Amino acid sequence: MGAGLLEVQHLALRFGGITALAGVDLSIAEGETLAVIGPNGSGKTSLMNCITGLYRPTAGSIRLRGESLLGLSPDAVTARGVARTFQNLRLFQHMTVLDNLLLGRHLHFRRRLVDAFVRRRGEEIRHRERCEEIIEFLDLEPWRDQRVVGCAYGVQKRVELGRALCTEPKLLLLDEPVSGLTAEEKEEVSYWIHEARGRFGVTVLLVEHDLRVAARLASRMVVMDRGEKLTEGPPAEVQKHPGVVRAYLGDQ
Amino acid sequence: MGNFLQYALTGLSAGSLYALVALGLVLIHRSARVLNFAHADVATLGTFAAFAVVSRGQSLWVALPLALATGATVATLFYFGAVVPAVRKGANPLGLVILTIGLALIIQGFTVWGWGAEPDRFPFPLSDSKVWQVGPVFVSELAVGTFVAAGVAGLLLYLLTQRTRLGLAMRATSENLPAAQTLGIPTRAVLAFSWGTAAALAVVAGVFLAPALLLDPFFMLDPMFKGLAAAVLGGLNSLPGAVLGSLVLGVAESLFGGYVALEFKSSLAFVLIVAVLLVRPEGLLGKEFQERV
Repeated sequence: MGAGLLEVQHLALRFGGITALAGVDLSIAEGETLAVIGPNGSGKTSLMNCITGLYRPTAGSIRLRGESLLGLSPDAVTARGVARTFQNLRLFQHMTVLDNLLLGRHLHFRRRLVDAFVRRRGEEIRHRERCEEIIEFLDLEPWRDQRVVGCAYGVQKRVELGRALCTEPKLLLLDEPVSGLTAEEKEEVSYWIHEARGRFGVTVLLVEHDLRVAARLASRMVVMDRGEKLTEGPPAEVQKHPGVVRAYLGDQ
Repeated sequence: MGNFLQYALTGLSAGSLYALVALGLVLIHRSARVLNFAHADVATLGTFAAFAVVSRGQSLWVALPLALATGATVATLFYFGAVVPAVRKGANPLGLVILTIGLALIIQGFTVWGWGAEPDRFPFPLSDSKVWQVGPVFVSELAVGTFVAAGVAGLLLYLLTQRTRLGLAMRATSENLPAAQTLGIPTRAVLAFSWGTAAALAVVAGVFLAPALLLDPFFMLDPMFKGLAAAVLGGLNSLPGAVLGSLVLGVAESLFGGYVALEFKSSLAFVLIVAVLLVRPEGLLGKEFQERV
């Protein structure tokens, strides 16, 4: 693989005696959708937390378009075009759906001292337009002025996806975007993720338990087990790999 | 009836001072999950800075901004110099509380060393012996000034948190730190700003309390504990709760002192805390932020 959008090499993460990641290599090309699958505790979320700067890896490198992301604070990583959603939602529960989305625009507001204290009409309208576009894209219109805490789980999941899109990321990390959703909602979310690639030009790194959804969305899959990469390749091949069968179904 | 109004009014004035202290405690608690025990001492240091400037014959308008800046700077430095490294090393909230106690002791030592422990009179343009009569009650110039200053500070804080982008970032940071970070909000800078703002509010309280008492290195301890009591009363995470709790406490205290027993006036605050914690553990207005686990 040549110069991908994101290059992860020999990434290791240890907490005391526990090895969460043991030298993982990963590469994502621009425009691609890559799914990372694996059983619980295999290090999928740890990998994501390392990329977004929430965890500091013990060893290895992470490069976005050749630039190292190691040692950057989470907000600096976001400023370089990486957005994410969380497995257990992390929304601002007591704000409205629209305010949550507007917070996603934080990076794109002009950074001047006055602007921190004065809300300028023109600029705010510009950001509002982008938010409205995403509200329309994700069918959030009925909830836009409601507080997140009162919204159904499926809606909250969508708000989080929308908030991540509001930052205009190049790379979008989705941590189990369909977990806990009904079959119908899973269909919808898969559709939106697929559409977002075309409409907003994002590259997607997807961590998912649901093999069917992952196989449908991703062009390539990486399988992880106990902090290591078990195998990678096109979904159809990966699902036949004996290690994957064992990891998901146990020894027979 | 005249007495009752008089006590209530005195209580409101004291309560507005408690509110300034409580607002700062709540501001820090809800964003950093830390009870700041150095709050009183940072305020004392700021007040002494004002005292130093005023006693050189400068006007209060020079001294006040300088005092605010002193308090805010110390708190911000403490945040960057002690809280950030400690959090990075994985300190738990209790460890951070102990850190603030350490800072309190350092500042106490510094003020005693710099100004001595002897009480001083704080020269102030508003006097508490100049009194107006309004109907059946008397109000002093200083009490009115205190009330107005607290009102203005509270209003500015409200506008900051509810009407500005920085305020939105502050609310986001305090509600959900990792989420705020991943949206590109520089949470460290935002938190540092919160520590500075909280300290400035406490300094306002110090500067308006000092002329009513004598200035010594420990004069803020009583309002600090009352502010803490008021913050718990209102709900430790709610800014409006802090104001409400403070005013309720101030008035209750004053009425209790007037009608029941002056000696136990201060104890009332803590009886109130126990009562509130038994009946409504989350405080009067504190139902926000039940964190998901």
